[in-house]
Amino acid sequence: MREWGIAPRVLNIHGWVFRRPSFTRQSRTRLRVTRQSPWHTMKQSARGSLLGIEHLGAPEILGLLKLARRMNPLKPRPLLRGKRVLLLFYEASTRTRSSFEIAAKSLGAMTTLVLSSGSSIEKGESLLDTGYTLRAVGADVIVIRHPQAGAAALMARYLDIPVINAGDGMHEHPSQALLDAYTILRHKKTLKGLQVAIVGDIYHSRVARSAIHLLSKFGARLTLCGPAEFLPETAFTLAPGLHITRTVEDAVHGADVIMTLRVQKERLAGTKISLQDYVSRYQMTMARLKLAKKDAMLMHPGPIIRGLELTWEVADCPQSAIVEEVRNGVPVRMAILAKALGRSR
Amino acid sequence: MIVSREGDLNPRKENYSLLIKGGRLIDPAAKIDATMDVLLRDGQVAEIAPPGKTRGTAHEKFDARGLVVAPGFIDLHVHLREPGQGYKETIATGTGAAAAGGFTSVCCMPNTQPVVDSPEWVTWLQQPERGAVVNVFPIAAATHASKGAVLTDFRALQRAGAVGVSDDGKPILNDGVMRETLRLSSEINLPVIQHAEDTRLTDRCSMNDGPTAFRLGLRGMKAAAEASVVERDVQLAQQFTGARLHVAHLSTADALKAVRRGKRSKSHVTCEVTPHHFALTDADIGEYDTNFKMNPPLRSDSDREAILVALADGTVDAIATDHAPHAAHEKVIEFERAAFGITGLETALGLAITHLHRGHKMPLSRIVELFTSGPARVFSLRGRGTLIRGSHADVTIFDAQKRWTFDAAKSHSRSQNTPFGGAQFTGKVVATIVGGRVVYRTE
Repeated sequence: MREWGIAPRVLNIHGWVFRRPSFTRQSRTRLRVTRQSPWHTMKQSARGSLLGIEHLGAPEILGLLKLARRMNPLKPRPLLRGKRVLLLFYEASTRTRSSFEIAAKSLGAMTTLVLSSGSSIEKGESLLDTGYTLRAVGADVIVIRHPQAGAAALMARYLDIPVINAGDGMHEHPSQALLDAYTILRHKKTLKGLQVAIVGDIYHSRVARSAIHLLSKFGARLTLCGPAEFLPETAFTLAPGLHITRTVEDAVHGADVIMTLRVQKERLAGTKISLQDYVSRYQMTMARLKLAKKDAMLMHPGPIIRGLELTWEVADCPQSAIVEEVRNGVPVRMAILAKALGRSR
Repeated sequence: MIVSREGDLNPRKENYSLLIKGGRLIDPAAKIDATMDVLLRDGQVAEIAPPGKTRGTAHEKFDARGLVVAPGFIDLHVHLREPGQGYKETIATGTGAAAAGGFTSVCCMPNTQPVVDSPEWVTWLQQPERGAVVNVFPIAAATHASKGAVLTDFRALQRAGAVGVSDDGKPILNDGVMRETLRLSSEINLPVIQHAEDTRLTDRCSMNDGPTAFRLGLRGMKAAAEASVVERDVQLAQQFTGARLHVAHLSTADALKAVRRGKRSKSHVTCEVTPHHFALTDADIGEYDTNFKMNPPLRSDSDREAILVALADGTVDAIATDHAPHAAHEKVIEFERAAFGITGLETALGLAITHLHRGHKMPLSRIVELFTSGPARVFSLRGRGTLIRGSHADVTIFDAQKRWTFDAAKSHSRSQNTPFGGAQFTGKVVATIVGGRVVYRTE
């Protein structure tokens, strides 16, 4: 057996555990840093997991974005031939599910879809037992969408295969943030100094949390906008340098990128703000869009509800990158899967 | 090592006596903090005298030099889970954990299956068949099945041995029902324990509202949900002379203010705080560690500081653990679905000495008061919480300097849902004596 010199070691600096890279290819797939609770030793999760943007370093994010540029779904590369990608979806999804599946197949992997309805999950099987089952049938990576925050982290802590978070409750949706950054960088030179407005239901949005983490890591200037019910004051603690405004005109003024978020009617029901109120105060209209820079991009993670958070015209205007975002989801998710399985070169 | 009641270390004998020699006796109720010998005989404290000056003889001696000898600790708030949830904890295992944590008396909450809302169940809890290692004082439900509608028979429950009434976990929100509870209990001098939480404001919430909850995407319980209930209860308690309101596991600065106001007015308001609320904050949850999930939740740092001030200035009457064991399958799941509660009996003293005594220079006598005479006063446990002559021979002997590491896997409790697994503490229980007999002793 060949000696590699230094064995991988764990360095503990200020309560954060970093894994020193070893000389194996596998180790380059490290995507996250786990915070070790001072009281409780958590199990180290498998390498390659993508659980959120918060604990990712800028070099890792850039690495993924660069890798995504080399991915082309129209020119399949069998990087993941023979690998099994398990798509475990506890929630409805169109974009994320189909693009992960197409991404995996473009890389030559097999995919299996497990939905919460029609599986043993309906019979009361726990999340971890479902994870162990999928591991046992031969999953090499699990892509999980779950209505509860922390579900992907829980699975990653107990499984020895990489887990990719495809959205967990109100927490994070890292692949969406990555594909948003990828889309922005197709049109803008850099994220640094970019004026970004995020408008809508930020409190309930995992997309917003991931986007805020990612963009602020790269020095974008973020303005969050929404009514108090959707944007509590605590939101500014999420990342340094965030601005909060209640007036959409202020947020949009001079912006390079406008991200609108979906608003669920039923979430407005419990609040003081009525649907008409919301539409008149926060809907993205052509008039409001004109307040932004001339080359401003309009983004939306989907699904869009025309006539609610944006008008028909705005959704289809030349500045709208909504369809392009969906398209870019495939190469970005190819990169995520390739990196998770250590085939990133 | 738990030495059971039938153990041969101290066989059940008439005239059995035990002399605790040379320890530093801290008895805040009697205002004693000095080196004293304590002679226990027939389940009572027979004599307290300076070293070597006791007149009576003893069958056995306990060398307590270098150790603190305190009245037996009393925990006002534990969940022993019986009847009905023996897979989480039994009275035998829960009181075993209590003995290992230095508690000689525990008051158990009625939120079991079925709810302890009848004199029969109150009696059942105290029967010797349950195998309790320490004294168990049942708290009965204030309403039938804790549904918050029909009041239980307070007099019958008190006769059966209940020391208080509470719908713990299901706060009494209806003003009329709470008023009636306080009115009826005031007639028979029975404390009403309220878990202060306006559950209408905390639907689907799993931790404290604040930056960490926002970061983790979890719905947060606002501090106002606790404070508003405490404020209302304090006002209601003022309406009836003799009403005794006890606020359980208080966790926010605003609720403490309400308790202070109540104490300044003439009403009888007491409160307890848990060790985890003075030791941890919501930021400690990290990445969805369900062993940090309890109700009331870990709060902000400013709340924690307010609790430390209140512990020092006397606003807080007792430290209670809210020992809430849960099986692994209720904890190793998604954070929002996981059960609320952590175990706490075995870590309480270590946390108090580490954080309060060493960390914040609180005198040991105040800590002992919070574990002994304070809680004894809250529930009027006569002859407990002190070691004056004639009181019950419940004694906790601990080493205030001993450093140790808590191993959750070796816990005496049936469950291991503690955030303190692997934590280092200063201050360890050396022996626990109940009714004059040693029930726990470190190996």
